[in-house]
Amino acid sequence: MEVGRSLWILIIIKLIVIFLILRLFFFKPELGKYKTDRDKADHVIENLTK
Amino acid sequence: MLLTSSLVDASRLQFALTAMYHWLFVPLTLGLGVLIAIFETKYYLSKDEFWKKTTQFWSRIFAINFACGVATGIILEFEFGTNWSNYSWFVGDIFGAPLAIEGIFAFFMETTFFAVMYFGWNRVSKGFHLASTWLTAIGANLSAFWILTANGWMQDPRGVAFNPMTARNEMTDFWDIVFSPTTISKFGHSVFSGFLVAAVVVIAICCWYLLKKRDREFSLKSIKYASVFGLFAIAMLMVTGHTSAQTVSKTQPMKLAAMEGLYRGQNGTPFVAFGILNSKKEVDNDEDPFLFKIEVPKVLSFLAFSDFNSFVPGINDIIDGGYTYKDKNGEEKLALPFNEKVRKGEIAKRALAVYGQFKDKPAGAQKDTVLMQAQSYLDENFDYFGYSFLKSPKESVPNVPVTFYSFHIMVMLGGYFILFLLIAFWLNRKKIIEKKRWFLFIAIISVPLVYICAEAGWVVAEVGRQPWTIQDLLPVNASVSGVSSGNVYTTFIIFVVLFTTLLIAELMILFRQIGKGPDGIKWN
Ligand code: HEM
Repeated sequence: MEVGRSLWILIIIKLIVIFLILRLFFFKPELGKYKTDRDKADHVIENLTK
Repeated sequence: MLLTSSLVDASRLQFALTAMYHWLFVPLTLGLGVLIAIFETKYYLSKDEFWKKTTQFWSRIFAINFACGVATGIILEFEFGTNWSNYSWFVGDIFGAPLAIEGIFAFFMETTFFAVMYFGWNRVSKGFHLASTWLTAIGANLSAFWILTANGWMQDPRGVAFNPMTARNEMTDFWDIVFSPTTISKFGHSVFSGFLVAAVVVIAICCWYLLKKRDREFSLKSIKYASVFGLFAIAMLMVTGHTSAQTVSKTQPMKLAAMEGLYRGQNGTPFVAFGILNSKKEVDNDEDPFLFKIEVPKVLSFLAFSDFNSFVPGINDIIDGGYTYKDKNGEEKLALPFNEKVRKGEIAKRALAVYGQFKDKPAGAQKDTVLMQAQSYLDENFDYFGYSFLKSPKESVPNVPVTFYSFHIMVMLGGYFILFLLIAFWLNRKKIIEKKRWFLFIAIISVPLVYICAEAGWVVAEVGRQPWTIQDLLPVNASVSGVSSGNVYTTFIIFVVLFTTLLIAELMILFRQIGKGPDGIKWN
């Protein structure tokens, strides 16, 4: 099962990079800074109608 | 707020890179899953251990590709939230619903049965194992279906109503979205492109064994099935290519015009089979679009409308308007000129702004009247909302050379693969394939070609629809978030490193396994 082992290692490293590095440090949802849906909507309406 | 073009370009570059890398892993999963299921069915019916060995070898190739590709698509979803936040909010649940179904149902199904397929030999009954293999293949293709539903909606938005209160599109007809002709054509075409990729990869690996004079029976039998499977795929690619062109002609005429470098249309428009574009040609000059071209009379009219004499509008016709066409609901309409679309878009935008200002005011007769009026202006003009962000007709035209050449590369390679598969089938049937070393080499070279063909298809679909992220409703420059372009470039570099490492890892593990061959595989 040596290929199996390489594949598992690959998958785990990849998931760590994607979820623990990219998601946490680089991909913060832009609208996450607004608490309510209403604020998010207002922000987008403002962006789209300027 | 319209953001600087460098941010828009950085975000687009990043998205394009992620999507294209992702699509390097996906097509083989789509096609090889089905081929393996066919091999295992053969084993189940014949009880011949040869077919078990064949199934197991190809399953291992599938597993390597699957392990490297899995989760690369998730990054696209991150990008929506971070770099394309206006867009993500604006699409509302249209994107959420199909992607949630994909995540929960199809992907879950695929991975669960994949585990049985991979680890279950000798642990579950033959029938259950076979069912798991088929369900893995079906799950992978179902995953693709839900993702393509979301993509199809962006190219042909329907089954929704825009709610100015929330600035989101809300689903009004789920089935209209799911069974939109664009989605169906796209699904068929993408899945069959995956089948073709798998057929070519299988033939190429077997041809390599034949070149090395090893694993002869395994290779000849695999080629037999893969070439028939590939011929079926390419026939279906022609059919769905035609239906795709038909849906594009109705919903994205500008994309079709760019695919063919067509600036002025006519009744019975010829198809440019081969052409070299004139780099001096712009929308607003009289240069000839081509330095050289070979045309097939009337074929573009047929490809687009199944009628050799129909009118196909060119880029300038679409900008000028004034011709009649049938819209996606089959209604005859007069095409509006670009300026009129912009005017309508601006009315819709102003109505949304007024709505935004009044929606939080205290209730009262004045508020009700203003909101009602704004709503009616929006309803009347919303179809052109996106045009309010465009400053000149040029901005409504995609990159013609990229769209044109990608389309022609795809179609020409499509022609090449018909020939390739017919020869593979015939040489194999005559039992002379291993003597034709030239063909064995060509088969190996065909692997990059089939990936180029599939990637070119996506370039046509995605570059050809520019400037829109959602056709006519939202252009790229209004879709991006206010993040810094430096940030986007940093993640871009991380991706290049991550994905290239994955690709190299995949190829290394893959080559090692291919080197071991079907007899070198030990299963528990
Ligand atoms: C030979 C005739 C072919 C025709 C007429 C054709 C036509 C088209 C058209 C019109 C599109 C754009 C669809 C859209 O934007 O919605 C497209 C996209 C695409 N094509 Fe082809 N195609 C052909 C062959 C192939 C082949 C051989 C492959 C395979 C490897 C392929 C792979 C793709 C892919 C992956 C896409 C993007 C997904 C999609 O939009 O459906 N095509 N094709």
